[in-house]
Amino acid sequence: MTDIAWIDNALTSARPQAIGALLRYFRDLDTAEEAFQDACLRALKTWPQNGPPRDPAAWLIMVGRNVAIDSVRRTRKQEALPEESAISDLGDAESELADRLDSKNYRDDIMRLLFICCHPDLPATQQIALALRIVSGLTVRQIARAFLVSESAMEQRITRAKARVADANVPFETPGAVERAERLAAVAAMIYLIFNEGYSANSAEAGARAPLCEEAIRLARLLLRLFPTEPEIMGLAALLLLQSARAPARFDAQGAIVLLEDQDRTRWDRQMIAEGLALIDKAVRHRRRGPYQVQAAIAAMHARAARAEDTDWSHIDLLYAALEQLQPSPVVTLNRAVAVSKVCGPAAALAMIEPLARQLSGYFYFFGVMGGLLMQLDRNEEARVAFDRAIALAGTAAEAAHIRMHLDRLMKPAAPVPAAKAAQ
Amino acid sequence: MLYAILCYNDEDVTCAWSKEQDDAVMARLAVVQDKLTKQGRLGPVARLLPTTAATTLRKDREPPLVIDGPFAETKEQLLGFYVVDCENLEGALEVARDLGTANPGGSYEIRPVGVFRPGSVKA
Repeated sequence: MTDIAWIDNALTSARPQAIGALLRYFRDLDTAEEAFQDACLRALKTWPQNGPPRDPAAWLIMVGRNVAIDSVRRTRKQEALPEESAISDLGDAESELADRLDSKNYRDDIMRLLFICCHPDLPATQQIALALRIVSGLTVRQIARAFLVSESAMEQRITRAKARVADANVPFETPGAVERAERLAAVAAMIYLIFNEGYSANSAEAGARAPLCEEAIRLARLLLRLFPTEPEIMGLAALLLLQSARAPARFDAQGAIVLLEDQDRTRWDRQMIAEGLALIDKAVRHRRRGPYQVQAAIAAMHARAARAEDTDWSHIDLLYAALEQLQPSPVVTLNRAVAVSKVCGPAAALAMIEPLARQLSGYFYFFGVMGGLLMQLDRNEEARVAFDRAIALAGTAAEAAHIRMHLDRLMKPAAPVPAAKAAQ
Repeated sequence: MLYAILCYNDEDVTCAWSKEQDDAVMARLAVVQDKLTKQGRLGPVARLLPTTAATTLRKDREPPLVIDGPFAETKEQLLGFYVVDCENLEGALEVARDLGTANPGGSYEIRPVGVFRPGSVKA
């Protein structure tokens, strides 16, 4: 690997800890970010000559802090600052001191940084954009590309989000146990949002959005290292890994959606699956079930089935029943109905989702599932109506195309079924 | 003499590798491994999943205690190992240097192997 690539990786991986610590010192996001940028510039100059420091994060924190304090002094003509003795100019030397100062705060620093991005006043898209900018260090251009908006629009979005969190007064004291648990839940939810933003894409956008999934997995692993005994965080990481493992098989060469049961399972990423399954194994030992663990367990049932017909649908049905209890929602019931249709047949599944019609009247998948069940029951006219509704609600061209394929099948009942099946 | 070459690196960094970077590193390492295989000197090779997937059994008490995570919290983590047949320490260091050129960053710990059973597990 070239020097630059190595340094780039080191800077990226040190970023959350370094900015988190700088934020604790300066209590201002912009100052912390600028200090980090300055430290990175110094690193790019000195690391290729002197070799990388043993602890890049500590180095960046110390240098960033000194540079920022220098510039504050210059601009404000301030003389003495607190902790002067502790931060005497160490130049570019590695600092055991910084290590001691910061390692005990490591976890809270990173959590604070992540938590700031989850401010409840921020809409989800702004939370995600802010986290990708501040925590992950993606450029505005990269984020704009992933969200399929212009760079200037994204710049505005991030600036607005920053202004809002600056006014939010996130407390800097070390959080108590309850506060910490709440922050953890909020951060986990945000990481899941980042993943979904990257995953719920059509094939044309999948390439541009894939970095969001990678970033979400990186953040989930980071969170798990901070909270290595939290089964729900194991579940979150496992869920993201198991879903991401299927990404290479989700679209065919023409960009059409390939349903889970039709996917070429040899294209699934085996290493991600291995890691996901290992994490579920660990989580189960804690006997503290939560929504991420159950969803990961469902994804694991698919990952464990070598062929679609090997899928243990009755176990999946039980898992969805557990999820309904933990996190009741019509969408969960809808998903459960798919499992029920495999175990008990389409009529039972249809009876299960019919009561959801009002709550899910604007939901694409509801009409897609409904149409599929009606079609299996040979109620073709009603199926056609449901598929029409689904097309009207489709969020992407690929979704609409997928439903249209079902409609075509209904129009031409004489067409040989295997051919239509192969087209999926 | 058999030597274990234990691979330590900061997994924050290795997890930040892109797929392309990872593939490039593995391809360069494969060249070194192929050379050793041809010489009949390469034993088992393992790349370990991240330490977040690790569990530790503390057996200094009864019943043993099961803990989530790796044995020790360190800046660099044990990420994999090789077993290589070498004449002496100098030979093992030479292999480690070759591997290090293919995959810079982190450290290799070279440990002579006491008991070795190749086992029968298929890859």
